[in-house]
Amino acid sequence: MKSLYYNNKRIATLLVAVLLSFALPAMADTPVPVVPKGKGVKCVEPTDVMRKRHFEFILHQRDATMHEGIRTPQHSLAQCLNCHVPKAEAGQERVRYGSDEHFCSSCHNYAGVTIDCFECHNDGPTGQPLELTGAEGRPTPLAQPLDLVDEAVRVATREEEE
Amino acid sequence: MSKDVNATRRKFLGQAAALTGLSVAPGVFLVDLAHGKPADEPVSAKNRWGMLIDTNKCAKDCNACVTACQQENGWGSNEVNSRPDQQAQWIRKVNLKHKATGATYSLPMLCQHCETPPCADVCPTGASFRRADGIVLVDKHICIGCRYCMMACPYKARSFIHEVLQDQSVNAPRGKGTVESCTLCVHRVDRDGENAVPACAEACNEEGHAAFVFGDLNDPDSRLSQTLKKFGSRQIRADLGLNPGIHYKGI
Amino acid sequence: MNHYDYQEIEGRSGGYWAILLALVGLMAVAGYGWYLMEHEGHWITGMSNQIVWGTPHVFAIFLIVAASGALNVASIASVFGKYQYKPLARLSGLLAICLLAGGLTVLVLDLGRPERLVVAMTYYNFKSIFAWNIILYNGFFAIVAVYLWTMMQHSLGKYSKPVGFFAFLWRLILTTGTGSIFGFLVARQGYDAAIMAPLFIAMSFSFGLAIFILLLMGLYNGTRRPLGDLAIRRLKNLLGVFIAGVLYFVLAFHLTNLYATEHHGVEAFILRDGGIYTTLFWWVQIVLGSLVPLALLYHPSWGKNRKLIGLAALLVIIGGLAQVYVIVIGGQAYPLVIFPGYEASSTFTEGVVAPYSPSWPEVMLGLGGVAVALFMVLFAVKVLKFLPISLADNMVDPYHKSGAADTASA
Repeated sequence: MKSLYYNNKRIATLLVAVLLSFALPAMADTPVPVVPKGKGVKCVEPTDVMRKRHFEFILHQRDATMHEGIRTPQHSLAQCLNCHVPKAEAGQERVRYGSDEHFCSSCHNYAGVTIDCFECHNDGPTGQPLELTGAEGRPTPLAQPLDLVDEAVRVATREEEE
Repeated sequence: MSKDVNATRRKFLGQAAALTGLSVAPGVFLVDLAHGKPADEPVSAKNRWGMLIDTNKCAKDCNACVTACQQENGWGSNEVNSRPDQQAQWIRKVNLKHKATGATYSLPMLCQHCETPPCADVCPTGASFRRADGIVLVDKHICIGCRYCMMACPYKARSFIHEVLQDQSVNAPRGKGTVESCTLCVHRVDRDGENAVPACAEACNEEGHAAFVFGDLNDPDSRLSQTLKKFGSRQIRADLGLNPGIHYKGI
Repeated sequence: MNHYDYQEIEGRSGGYWAILLALVGLMAVAGYGWYLMEHEGHWITGMSNQIVWGTPHVFAIFLIVAASGALNVASIASVFGKYQYKPLARLSGLLAICLLAGGLTVLVLDLGRPERLVVAMTYYNFKSIFAWNIILYNGFFAIVAVYLWTMMQHSLGKYSKPVGFFAFLWRLILTTGTGSIFGFLVARQGYDAAIMAPLFIAMSFSFGLAIFILLLMGLYNGTRRPLGDLAIRRLKNLLGVFIAGVLYFVLAFHLTNLYATEHHGVEAFILRDGGIYTTLFWWVQIVLGSLVPLALLYHPSWGKNRKLIGLAALLVIIGGLAQVYVIVIGGQAYPLVIFPGYEASSTFTEGVVAPYSPSWPEVMLGLGGVAVALFMVLFAVKVLKFLPISLADNMVDPYHKSGAADTASA
């Protein structure tokens, strides 16, 4: 039973990889999202945690703030934008959600995942970034392309080893 | 505040507090100074926020509370396509003339933050709700824009956003297709507690009218409760039995 | 009891395709109107923060109300045991489902955030009559579908009576729910009356049957299947009773309101000073939509004329739309009484009748809902056996002797 589960997992991984390789034909020019670097040295959670779970944090914070008035800055959407979206340069239009240069849409455009946060929320910085100096975060990778195929395989094989 | 908060959380709280000038060192709160609740503590029914508006002090041609609300919450100037009757009206100045006596009054109308809000009763998804501390809000994340709450509100306190918006205020996220109303400056209340001054009240004070008193209706010692007790007040459409948190004096 | 032979309509004629094409065209224009509303926001409509429910709601509520009424013919057959209505029962169930689908399409597409329909299905506030209605509407689809199944599959025939009874109860609750959407609005002078629920039930009987009669005549005319006077006369007499029923509740509603001094303002507005609303009320709803059809249906010679019966049904539909318009829009246009005893003025149409003029996307969206309903009916009768091959008098009632039909009543 267990091996069947793992086999399924492996097949699924393979399938994802194959599908993605169809979607991204020329491997040499594979378009990968260029995620803009945020301010500061680290994010509020380790990067791999943020990649996989940022929506959980934001959703949880959303309900906590809305209904219970909990306004801790760690998982606040406004704080995400304060660090990750640069202020407009003088005489220039600020980068907007929807553009590939906007932190959120750089990835969401790539993955084709629609979010409606910014129909109500401001899509730019509205305050000062949090300054994180403690040991709780890991350095944010510098505009490191996200390789989803690699990521999928890595996650699957790691779980298999465990 | 519980004592087992981890170091991480304490640090963030510390920074939040430092921003508002409420702490002397990370993790150390001078709560008594601010009376604000810690940022990670949920609101509770031990408070019920409300206001008293003294119509005798409200000047007929003064619009400061409305402008301040627009400034604070970012409405009133960014709806460029909407007709006047489609634009947001979180707070509006109403001029009254008594039909029998001819006496005239001026007062601001805003969400009355009812104890039993009809908007929350009729909302199909629960997006309209009354927070434990009495503030009536719209959870725009689950508002489907059916406008039934607007039909139910006896005070015309709600607005529907008729067009696409950008560059909203961080204090009040708002966008096309959802319903909104006065939040009693909930962001200020969460930060400053009973020392909070909503933007409308602040502007009124600055104008020298001081027609607003904000406070905790549940705290018998609050300035609001004391003033209400001493001078009495009335609630608008009190016959509906909704027990609004906004009281008026002078009409 | 008689056995009826049901058969799909051929649906190959140029006329059939032309009608379908016209309906698709209507839906396309409606879809474009909706796209504009959804893309731009509601600023392009006549709706405002004062008139929050506009023309789409008029159509949606009319269709939803008519949907539950359309089921009546089937209920009369299986719940009240009038076997003469049995051959009409399938079409009745079908029409009920289609009208509801059309109405809900409009209602959903007019939401500020229609893409969040799933939120409406997953977050429930059980204190809200709206939330209850979502359950009632979905349940109606399911129950009527099962009801149709029991009618159409011979082996399940024995269940059709209990299922029909359940469907009848459900539809009464559903229309009560729809009426209560307005009845529960304590702050609005134009609504806030428990009589809204029974009024809506009476309206549903009348609107649903009027649509049913027109559709039946249209379908049998178009397919050249025989449709005897017996079936038509029963239905038209019933329609007359329902029109009178609506008039009674309208009368009771306004008389009770007139008794209470605090409601004099809104009554004067609707009945005397309301401009378009007064015109719609007296001329379209009462005269054209009620009195004229009553005269046409009960007149000794006009009442035997198919064309005039059809005209009467059409007038009932037009009058019904006017009635819903007066209730929905007129009720909102009349200013809220926020400060009793005071004259109020503000930047937000305080104490002033709110203006409203529908924009084309709104009207088209509403008509699109009608098109959806009709398209569904015309498609369904082509693929499934909804219509008896013959509704000639001897098929409808084997014991029928010519000339006896006029005495039929509900």
